[in-house]
Amino acid sequence: MVERRPLLTFLTHTVLLIGVAIVAFPVYLTFVASTHTAQDIVQAPMPIVPGDQFVHNYVAALTGSEKGAGSGAPVGRMMWVSLVSALVIAIGKIAISLLSAFAIVYFRFPFRMFFFWAIFITLMLPVEVRIFPTYKVISDLHMLNTYAGLTIPLIASATATFLFRQFFLTVPDELAEAARVDGAGPMRFFKDVLVPLSATSIAALFVIQFIYGWNQYLWPLLVTTEESMYPVVIGIKRMIAGGDAQNAWNLVMATAILAMLPPALVVVLMQKWFVKGLVDTEK
Amino acid sequence: MAAEKRVVFRSPWLPLALLAPQAAVIGVFFFWPAAQTVMQSFQQQDAFGTSTSWVGVENFVHLFQDRSYIESFKTTAIFSVSVAVFGIAISLLLAYFADRAIRGALVYKTLLIWPYAVAPAVAGVLWLFMFAPSIGVVAYALRKSGIDWNHLLNGDQAMLLIIMAAIWKQISYNFLFFLAGLSSIPKSLIEAAAIDGAKPWRRFWTIVFPLLSPTTFFLLVINIVYAFFDTFGIVDAATEGGPGKDTAILVYKVYYDGFKALDLGGSAAQSVIIMSIVVVLTVLQFKFVEKKVNY
Repeated sequence: MVERRPLLTFLTHTVLLIGVAIVAFPVYLTFVASTHTAQDIVQAPMPIVPGDQFVHNYVAALTGSEKGAGSGAPVGRMMWVSLVSALVIAIGKIAISLLSAFAIVYFRFPFRMFFFWAIFITLMLPVEVRIFPTYKVISDLHMLNTYAGLTIPLIASATATFLFRQFFLTVPDELAEAARVDGAGPMRFFKDVLVPLSATSIAALFVIQFIYGWNQYLWPLLVTTEESMYPVVIGIKRMIAGGDAQNAWNLVMATAILAMLPPALVVVLMQKWFVKGLVDTEK
Repeated sequence: MAAEKRVVFRSPWLPLALLAPQAAVIGVFFFWPAAQTVMQSFQQQDAFGTSTSWVGVENFVHLFQDRSYIESFKTTAIFSVSVAVFGIAISLLLAYFADRAIRGALVYKTLLIWPYAVAPAVAGVLWLFMFAPSIGVVAYALRKSGIDWNHLLNGDQAMLLIIMAAIWKQISYNFLFFLAGLSSIPKSLIEAAAIDGAKPWRRFWTIVFPLLSPTTFFLLVINIVYAFFDTFGIVDAATEGGPGKDTAILVYKVYYDGFKALDLGGSAAQSVIIMSIVVVLTVLQFKFVEKKVNY
C-alpha cells in the first residue's frame, strides 16, 4: 500500500465482500434448496436458511430412488461416468501431447511441419463447427453411449502440445547429448529425463484438463442417449422438465452441488497448479 | 518456429509412431468431419436422408435471406459484447481492490476463483433457479419491488439472465489475469505518482489502467471467444434459446437447426460461417497474446 487511507481501505473490503457475496449467492441458494423438501421450495418465497432434509435428498439423488417430472436416474452412476471421462480426457490429452511434442522437437522427419500445423489448425475446429459429421463418425464407429465415444474425440490437444513443445525447447541440449553418450535411446531419454522434468507442467495441465473434461456438455449431449452413460452435467439438465412446480428441485439442486464439488475441490486444493495451468495454456 | 533443437535423435519410424495417436484422433474426429461439413454446406438432403444433391451456394443465400439468422447474429453480438465488457469491468474492479487489500487478500482470492470450476450448464441451472418466474427467490424479490420478471415471456429479460450467468462464470478467469497484470506493475511508479500528489483515482486512470491495457485487450478477445463457444451449456440449460429465438446465439442455432430441425445443409452452412469467425478470432488471439508480455 502506498499511503494510509482508512476510507479507501474500508471501501476495498466493502467491494470485495460484495463481490464474494454475489459470487457465492447462487451456490448458497443451491445448497439451501438441496436441504429442503420439494414442496417447501416451490412455495415462493423459498426458505433462505438450510433445512433438515440434507441426508434424505442426497441419498435420494445418489441412488435415484425418487423422481420428479424429468429423468430420475441415479446420480451416483453419473458421478462415476463423469469421473472416468474426466480422468481419461485429462490423462489422454497429456499423454498424446507429450508424445507429439517430443516427436516434433527432438526429431527431424518428412512432414514435420505439416503435422505441426495440422495440430495447430484443430484450434479452429471446435465441436460446434463440425457437429453433425462428427456425430455421424461416432455413430458409424459404434461409439455412441460408450466411454470411448465420450472421451477419445476430446483428447486431441493443440494447447497441450504447444505447451510441452515450448517447455522442451527450454531443456538444455546437453541433457540429450549426455543421454546419447551414455547410450540411452530416445524413449529412455523421454521416460527418465523429459517426463520427470515436465512434472510441474503436467500437474498444472492436469488440473485444467480435468475441469474441462468434467464440465463437457455439448459433446456428451450428442453421444449419450442412455441414462446409464449420462455424465452428471447432462443428468442435471435431464432432471428439469415441464413447469417449475413439477420438478424435484431439491434433488436437482443436490445434484448440482454434487456436480460442482469435484472440480471446485480441485481448484481450491490445487490452487497453485490451477493458476499456473490457466496462465500457461494461454501462452 | 524460430527455435530449433541442435541435438536430434535419428529414427525413420519412431517420430511417426509417436505422432500416430494424435494424428489419428485429429484426422478422424477433426479433419474428416470438418471436410464433411464444408461439403454438406453445398448440398441439400431431403427429409429422410435418402437423396443428396449439389446446390452450390444456395444454403448460404437462404441463410442470409433468413431473418432469424440475421437476428441470431445480432443476438450473439449483443450477448458477447455485454459479457466481455461487463465481465471485464467487474473483474478489474475486484482485482484492483484484491491487489490493494493486504489483510485477507488470499482469502478473497480463494473465494473469488472457484466459479471457474462450475460447468456452464450447471451455472445455467443455478441462475435459472434463482430467476424462475414462479419459484425463484430473486424473481420473487423483483416482483415485490414492482418489476415483473418473467424471462419465459420477455426476451430482454431472458437475454439479461444468460448474460448474468455467463459473466458470473467468467469473473474468476478475468480476475486471475488482472491480478497477475497488476502485480507486474512496478510499485515505484505508483509511489512516485503518490509523492507528486496524484490521488488513487487519478493514479488508476493515468498509470494502472494504461499499463493493464495489454491484459485488457487479451481478455477482450478471450471473453468474446468464450461468449461465442463456451456458453452453449448456459443457454441450453437456462433458456433453450427462447422465448421464441430471442437468446438463440449462433452456436445454439447450429445445434438446433442440425439436430432438432434436421436441416443438415443449412446447419452445415452455418458451421462454415462460424468456422471463419473462429479463424479471425484465433488470429486476433495470437496477435494479442504476443503483445501481452511486453508493454
